[in-house]
Amino acid sequence: MPNIDTLTHNSWQVIAATEEIGIGVVTTTILLDTQIALTRDADGLPVVWRRSDEQNGDEIDPDTIVERLPVITGYGYIWTSFGTPPKELFPIPEYAEPDRVNMSCGSIGIHVSAPRAVENFLDMGHFPYVHTDILGAEPHTEVKEYDVEVSEERDEVLATKCKFFQPRAALSATEGMEVEYVYRVPHPYCSVLYKSSPEAPERRDVIAIFLQPVSEDRCRAHLLQSMIDSTSTVTDLRRFQQTIFGQDKPILENQYPKRLPLDPRSETPIRADKSAIAYRRWLSQKGVTYGVIPLAS
Amino acid sequence: MSLSLTDPSWYPIASSDDLPFRHVYQGQLLGRELAVWRADDGNVNVWENRCLHRGVRLSIGINEGGELKCQYHGWRYANRSAGCTYIPAHPADAPARRIQNKTYPVREAFGLVWSAANDDIAFTPFPGAETGTWFALRPMPVNAAPEDVHAALTSLAPDDQPAELLPALGVRVGTTLYFVQPIDANRAVIRGLLAHEPADAITTLRHYNETLTKLRDRLERAAARKPIPAPLNPAFDKVSVELSTMPDISIPRGNTMTVVVKRKWTSAEGIIGFELASRTGHLPTFQPGAHIDVHLPNGLIRQYSITNGPGDLLSYIIGVKAESASKGGSKALIETVSEGDLLAISEPRNNFPLRRDATRTVLIAAGIGITPLLSMARFLDKSSLPYELHYFARTDDQIAFRAELGALHGKIVLHTGLARDTIGQTIATALGSWSRAQHVYVCGPSTMLETVRATAAAQDWPEEAIHFEYFKNDKVIDDSSSFEIELARSAMTLQVPAGKTILEVMRDAGLSVPSSCEQGACGTCLTGVIVGECDHQDVYLNDSEKRANTAMLTCVSRAKSARLVLDI
Repeated sequence: MPNIDTLTHNSWQVIAATEEIGIGVVTTTILLDTQIALTRDADGLPVVWRRSDEQNGDEIDPDTIVERLPVITGYGYIWTSFGTPPKELFPIPEYAEPDRVNMSCGSIGIHVSAPRAVENFLDMGHFPYVHTDILGAEPHTEVKEYDVEVSEERDEVLATKCKFFQPRAALSATEGMEVEYVYRVPHPYCSVLYKSSPEAPERRDVIAIFLQPVSEDRCRAHLLQSMIDSTSTVTDLRRFQQTIFGQDKPILENQYPKRLPLDPRSETPIRADKSAIAYRRWLSQKGVTYGVIPLAS
Repeated sequence: MSLSLTDPSWYPIASSDDLPFRHVYQGQLLGRELAVWRADDGNVNVWENRCLHRGVRLSIGINEGGELKCQYHGWRYANRSAGCTYIPAHPADAPARRIQNKTYPVREAFGLVWSAANDDIAFTPFPGAETGTWFALRPMPVNAAPEDVHAALTSLAPDDQPAELLPALGVRVGTTLYFVQPIDANRAVIRGLLAHEPADAITTLRHYNETLTKLRDRLERAAARKPIPAPLNPAFDKVSVELSTMPDISIPRGNTMTVVVKRKWTSAEGIIGFELASRTGHLPTFQPGAHIDVHLPNGLIRQYSITNGPGDLLSYIIGVKAESASKGGSKALIETVSEGDLLAISEPRNNFPLRRDATRTVLIAAGIGITPLLSMARFLDKSSLPYELHYFARTDDQIAFRAELGALHGKIVLHTGLARDTIGQTIATALGSWSRAQHVYVCGPSTMLETVRATAAAQDWPEEAIHFEYFKNDKVIDDSSSFEIELARSAMTLQVPAGKTILEVMRDAGLSVPSSCEQGACGTCLTGVIVGECDHQDVYLNDSEKRANTAMLTCVSRAKSARLVLDI
């Protein structure tokens, strides 16, 4: 059994999109190498427990489940923990705004560790190569200098003033423009991206990735969008996100080693990798060992 | 015999046919994945299958003919040296020279591509290699231990004509040769060779395929009954300490190496071409616009631009202008150095890097200024990026590198014998008005550079879009000022008197500071300025860089204020 560090053990970890879990029906999944099962009760509230011999799709009466794991719902997803989690999830205040279109955009398995997927989400240099003609296009490949800070009070990594020229920054965009992004990492396996909404430029669209650490070299990516968009359908918005994610998946699965190496001498950073370097250091400082290759002691 | 990660033997890792035009083949040897690709010049590269940036497989990268491009962030790696030549996220900077993938030795022979885990021993052909023309069979992968595969092949021989064991998991059975490529502890590939291509190749290939398929089935059934051996566990080399920290934009400092003058010829009237070849292996990676220092026999050091295209690293080709008024530099090179002579040169340095993210690139060369721009044109040409090259010379006979220019596919325009004002108009037309992501690169005498800068500015080209390299500084240096310098990081305060340069004063005080042209042209001695107002007398920094007063060239520039604090 791999060594699960204290922080990972006690954090909330995402496991499913709430509306996809049938009431009175078992869904099985794996979290931190452990088999778990979940369902929702008659009021729609999630119930999560360590799986014994339940099969996916079995009918179940949630009242019969006595030994339950802690559970919380947030941002359209169900989260659980094997330890003693905090009272609340990290904040995404925009989600509660009344005119937002909030949706989950799918849960996709990737054969790579959760931290590698977070780093890919923070990276802009790959836009012209992996998301060609959508999030970037040659020859506009430059990643200009941006700011990174690690906020102790909020306990997050924050990257601001990230600018990139995009041919088609969002579904509603019709021509290319330079967009400005803000990235947050409020949890070792989650990241939130803010970009100005084409429809309401003074407000920001929010895209978040919540990674479920299935094993040290596998994860499931759960995507959230919280948009100001009165014209696109949810289906179209989802399809756009899934296209982007479908392009990242084969690249991530061709990355070695699968666990994120925290030793600065494992890989070659450039100035555009400032947020990734801050993220790797932050994981080291927090003592995260699951899904990473820690610094040699 | 069990497998070892440090096994120095050569094994075949691919068939020549596995490397068609612009393909990248994924191979594996002794537990290590390999990216195998053939460059357009025929050279086969065998590299560790991992981009140094974030570890994505290079075998899913793109073979551009002279360079391999990683699919994740588009980093380019040169043929032969595996050195990084371009990082698209920072298009204005030449990458640090030491970003270089791990390479493995390679030899293409007998229809197969051979490699080894290290270069402890040289490649030697198998016994009897000279007796055949050799025809490769279809490879047969087998999920069984390589030594078991080898034993099974040996047992194919009839009792009256036993097999002949060959070194490195090879075996001769009758007239057929088999080599076992050890992929990992439980996997191998059988690569067979026939002495000559058979009359009916398809029938023969099918026959051997059937024989080997049956052998494979036997082996895999036997392997399934045994415990699975643990896979080999190779480690990746650590990145050097300097590369693992966040880099600044730096001017690489080089060591000298010796090259041999392979060829010397008259490329045009007054321009002599020199081909400087490596004595072993290949020369260091460079990015277009780079130059080398050549240490001349008379003790002088002069800079010459590299004209080569991407991945062309067996020799550097430079052009030298025969100058009658030369202080002795080019004259010494042309008159005293001949084919076969050895010369000391520095590793390439680049103060004139090429951006590959332009929608339109205009290259303007005058006279010997063609040399760095020929390299730029070759790189852009190979990647099918749009460019135009305008080459100005006084007469037709003075146009150098004609054949090389003729081989390019882009727009090349030769302008000969134009009068001064016509040149100005020609440049104005060539440049046109500016729009996003257009860049112009100029190299030539200072009059040409001034004309281009003035014309471009008049047509609204911003300073960042105009790139120039001066080969020399024609200005007269006024060294009559005296002032004080404080060296922030060396904790020294020194006096710079009239008649001595800052560079000289620092060296007299025992500091070792790099320099090259020592005329204020090449930028090698660029030093950060923390306090004070500089008296810029160089031709390297542009106007806004000079006004910013944050850097200076210590070989010629001085101070207007009484004191400067330098970041050194």
